[in-house]
Amino acid sequence: MSVFNKILSVIIAVIIGCGGVLGIFYAMNYLANTLPHKWRSRILPWIYLAPALLVLTAYLILPTLNTIYISFLDRRSQNFVGLENYQFAFTSEAMLVAFRNNLLWLVLVTGFSVGFGLILAVLMDKVRYEPLAKSLIFLPMAISFVGASVIWRFVYAFRPAGAAQIGLLNGIVTSLGFEPVGWLVERSINNFALIAIMIWLQTGFCLVLLSAAVKGIPKDIIEAARMDGASEVKIFWRITIPMIRSTLAVVTTTVVIMVLKVFDIVFVMTAGNQGTEVIASRMIKEMFNYRDYGRGSAIAVILLLVIIPIMVVNIRRFRQQEASR
Amino acid sequence: MKSKRRRKSNSVKHLSHQLRNAFNSLPVHLSLIVISLIWTLPTVGLLISSLRPKNDLLESGWWMVFQHPFDFTQYQLGNYIDVLTAEGMGQAFLNSFTIAIPATVIPIAIATFAAYAFSWMRFPGRQVLFILVVALLVVPLQMTLIPVLRSYNHFGLSGSFLGVWLAHTGYGMPLGIYLLRNYIGSLPKDLIEAAAVDGASHLTTFTRLIVPLSLPAIASFAVFQFLWVWNDLLVALVYLGGTPDVAPLTMRLTTLVGSRGEAWHLLTAGAFVTMIVPLIVFFALQRYFVRGILAGSVKG
Repeated sequence: MSVFNKILSVIIAVIIGCGGVLGIFYAMNYLANTLPHKWRSRILPWIYLAPALLVLTAYLILPTLNTIYISFLDRRSQNFVGLENYQFAFTSEAMLVAFRNNLLWLVLVTGFSVGFGLILAVLMDKVRYEPLAKSLIFLPMAISFVGASVIWRFVYAFRPAGAAQIGLLNGIVTSLGFEPVGWLVERSINNFALIAIMIWLQTGFCLVLLSAAVKGIPKDIIEAARMDGASEVKIFWRITIPMIRSTLAVVTTTVVIMVLKVFDIVFVMTAGNQGTEVIASRMIKEMFNYRDYGRGSAIAVILLLVIIPIMVVNIRRFRQQEASR
Repeated sequence: MKSKRRRKSNSVKHLSHQLRNAFNSLPVHLSLIVISLIWTLPTVGLLISSLRPKNDLLESGWWMVFQHPFDFTQYQLGNYIDVLTAEGMGQAFLNSFTIAIPATVIPIAIATFAAYAFSWMRFPGRQVLFILVVALLVVPLQMTLIPVLRSYNHFGLSGSFLGVWLAHTGYGMPLGIYLLRNYIGSLPKDLIEAAAVDGASHLTTFTRLIVPLSLPAIASFAVFQFLWVWNDLLVALVYLGGTPDVAPLTMRLTTLVGSRGEAWHLLTAGAFVTMIVPLIVFFALQRYFVRGILAGSVKG
């Protein structure tokens, strides 16, 4: 197939995909207009909502309920096995390693990316080249986890001692006179090497949100504190942090959710070998490599259970917003 | 403004004050510059390496080009040609567009209609349904993979573009509705009521008034969803399976890492091919992207 034909088929696919939806809406609206007036105003909202509710039900609600059900069945979902899959999930060696690593990821990624983001947001507020610096830190947000993984595989590239090092980190290490390090193989450091990638990716996100919050603090409060002789450090702890507390909470929960679901980085960098597995990558492994849908589902349910408190907080915050609207 | 005021005064006291200020802010500048540099170096290293010939790349670190950075004979585009043709990245590039464009447009259309209904139409259960949307925002994708894959296998949708479009539509829907409803709901009430008084139907109000006024929010969601789909590996991996002729860039690059893990001339160029479109979108539409992130920061 020539390149022209390929591009043409892309365009046709795109037109069919996009045009189909609008067609559906116009057809449904046309149908609604044939109804008597009294009925129309009652049915019209549901016509506008129907496609959305349909995909939400088909792709999120029903599958979620189904996964909970499958988690109590065996690997082929034929027999009921009770809590056996959960017992596996909480006792098997591999899963305990995944839990330990995930905890490490949660603490370090959340701590460092929120911490860096906050410090950078406050510092950048003081300099004129803020937009440029912010763009540079934020840039990794646009890159895929896979792309970022290749970038960092190259940073961590390892050659035996004596050979020319092409990875930046080993280049630095050997030029300082040390032996090159197998960053992704060495069990004491490989998890930290992966966690560093996630921090690199997420700091920009934290920075952008926290920076917006820092700029929202009324200037006269800070000026007044300065007049009273408060040091910058004191202003940071006593004014900045309390004033941006709610944003800080949103940023932290978002990072926590992203870390819990991280899969691509581990999958591309180490495939979960050498003790680097996390919960989400383990779930894919159970599902694809071992074809054990029961265990895979149980692991997914555990992920959901961890996230449910965040869900509750989100709903509560939403209701408060609505009440004050 | 402060420094301008100080510059006008000539007193020695002020000058020393200014010097001390500059000295005090030196650590700030220094740390910001160092951190920005650290954050940028990995990407710069990749870009430079992707332009170096295969043998140079394997014989010395990329930083060696800085010995004579303007010797342009040490750069070439051969790696890109190799990776686009021989390694199938060209086809994957087209596939990524085929996946990402409808997977952005379809959710926008569906979510905008739903957001309008949630904001300006009255129906029983409105509040409850919207709270359900808020709850679904953080449901992990992993919860849905096995059942959806099973029904896809049953209906023959796995390995097809349609299946991936619909999956991304479903997964992007909570954020789309949430983000657009916040915006559409905050449009002035008088305006929408005036349109109704003038006898405009809901569809007219929607197409003539709501959609044009909501373009900034729609653009934010569009940029966000497009980048999300373009950068996605998990959904493509699960629903497209191992079919190479429909694989997007992220999948192709993952395969390349697995099969040619030490072929750095291909990996660096390949990684940059996957990044080029997000980088363009990012720099051209950064404003909308940031706004989308600010508005949708509860997405899971």
